[in-house]
Amino acid sequence: MSKTLWVSTRKGLFELIRKADEWHVARLSHRGVPVTQTLVDRRDSTVYAALDHGHFGTKLQRSDDGGVTWTELAAPAFPDGTDVSAGAIWALTAGGVDQPGRVWAGGLPGGLFRSDDRGDTWALVTGLWQREEKGHWFGGGADLPALHTVLVDPNDSRHVTVAVSCGGVWQSHDDGDSWAITAAGMRAEYMPPDRADDPRIQDPHRLAACPVDPSRVWCQHHNGVFRSDDGGQTWLELSERVTPSAFGFAVVVHPTDPDKAWFVPAVKDEERIPVGGSLVVAHTRDGGHTFVEQRVGLPQVHAYDLVYRHAMDIDLVGAQLAFGSTTGNLFVTGDGGETWRLALGHLPPIYAVCFA
Amino acid sequence: MAMVRVSFTANLRRHVDCEPRDVKAGTLRAVLDEALPMGDALRGYVLDERGGLRKHITVFLGADAVRDRARLSDDVAPGTEVWVMQALSGG
Repeated sequence: MSKTLWVSTRKGLFELIRKADEWHVARLSHRGVPVTQTLVDRRDSTVYAALDHGHFGTKLQRSDDGGVTWTELAAPAFPDGTDVSAGAIWALTAGGVDQPGRVWAGGLPGGLFRSDDRGDTWALVTGLWQREEKGHWFGGGADLPALHTVLVDPNDSRHVTVAVSCGGVWQSHDDGDSWAITAAGMRAEYMPPDRADDPRIQDPHRLAACPVDPSRVWCQHHNGVFRSDDGGQTWLELSERVTPSAFGFAVVVHPTDPDKAWFVPAVKDEERIPVGGSLVVAHTRDGGHTFVEQRVGLPQVHAYDLVYRHAMDIDLVGAQLAFGSTTGNLFVTGDGGETWRLALGHLPPIYAVCFA
Repeated sequence: MAMVRVSFTANLRRHVDCEPRDVKAGTLRAVLDEALPMGDALRGYVLDERGGLRKHITVFLGADAVRDRARLSDDVAPGTEVWVMQALSGG
C-alpha cells in the first residue's frame, strides 16, 4: 500500500506520509504558489509539478529526489505562428513504459503538448490543435477550453485518449499525429436541443480507464455519468441511477476491477456545492447498474466541499482512496469507502491528489 | 549612450535572478526586449510566449503606469527608471 500522497493546493504542494493509519505532512514544496498538477512518474520516480503563478505565468518544475530539490523546466508554450499563450496546466501524464522520457501535458486554452526528454523541451501536438472542430470548443468553469485528461493505453502506448472541457473526447492511435473525436452517446444539457448531441461541445469533466481493462472507461460529464465498454468510442449514460446527483468533477476506477468506480456528486453548475450540505461519494461495484451513497465519516451538515476533477485518487493496488476539497479537507478510506476519515482538515483549497 | 534602468519586483527573487538591468532608451517594447532577451529565465516571468505583458504584471515608467499594454509603444526617455511590478490583481 502506498505510504505517500501528493496534494496539490492553492498554496503549494504537500507531501504526506502515512505512519500507521495517520497521514502527516512531511514536506511543503513551492510554498504559497498555486500547484495545479503533480505527476509521480512511476517509470523512474521523477516528480513533476505544474505551477500557476498568479502573476508570473505557468511554470513546470521537476524533482529527481522525491521532492527534496526542484529544477525549473521550460513550460509548454505555443510556437510562433499561433495567436495564443499557454495558461494553467491541467494534465500531466507519463507516457508508456516503452517510451522513456515521454510526458504529455495539457491545459488552457486547450493545447496538448508532448515531451520526449523528461520535460526539458515541449512540442505542441499540432494534429489536434489544428482540427477545425476546435473552433467550437469553449470554456467550462475556466474562461477558456481546458484539456484536462490524458490517458495512455497500457497495451499500446501510441494510443492516447484526451478529454477537453468543453471540446469532447479525442483519440489518437499514432502517438498524437492524427485524431478522431469519440464522444458519441454523450449529451449536453447546456446547449440548445439541436446541439445536445454534438460531440464537439461535450463537457467530459474527467475520464478514468481501468488499467487491466482499458476498454472500460468511466466519465464524469458536466450533466451526467457515462460508461464506455469500447475504449471510449461510444458512451452509455447512467445518470438516472446516480444519487444524490449526477453532476460532479472527479471519477476514479479500481485498478483491477473495471466494474468499481467512485464519484463525488454535487449540485450542478448554478451552485457547485454538495446536495443538501451533505458530502457524499457515489460508488458502483457492478459496472454502473447500481450506485450506493457513501456517507460514513463524511460531514453531513453544512458541508460546502467541492471536489475538483483531479482531486480524487486510488492507489496502485486499490487498497486506499483519497480525495480533497475546495475547503481544504482531505478524506481517506482503506475499505473502498465503506468508511471515510478526515485525514487533514485545514489545508489550502485542494486542486489535485495522487498516490506515489 | 542614453540609458534607462529596468528594475523588478522583489517578489521575483525567490524564483529567478532579477537584478536591475541597464539598457538603451527607446520604446518600452525595445527596452524590455533588450532587458529580457530570448532565453533569459526572467523573460517568461514578465512576458508570455507572444511577447505580451503577462496579465497581472504592471509596468511603471518612472511614476507613470504604462499606457499601451498591448503593443508596449510608450516611449521611455533616457534616465527613466522602468519598474516591473506585481499587480495587486491576480494574487
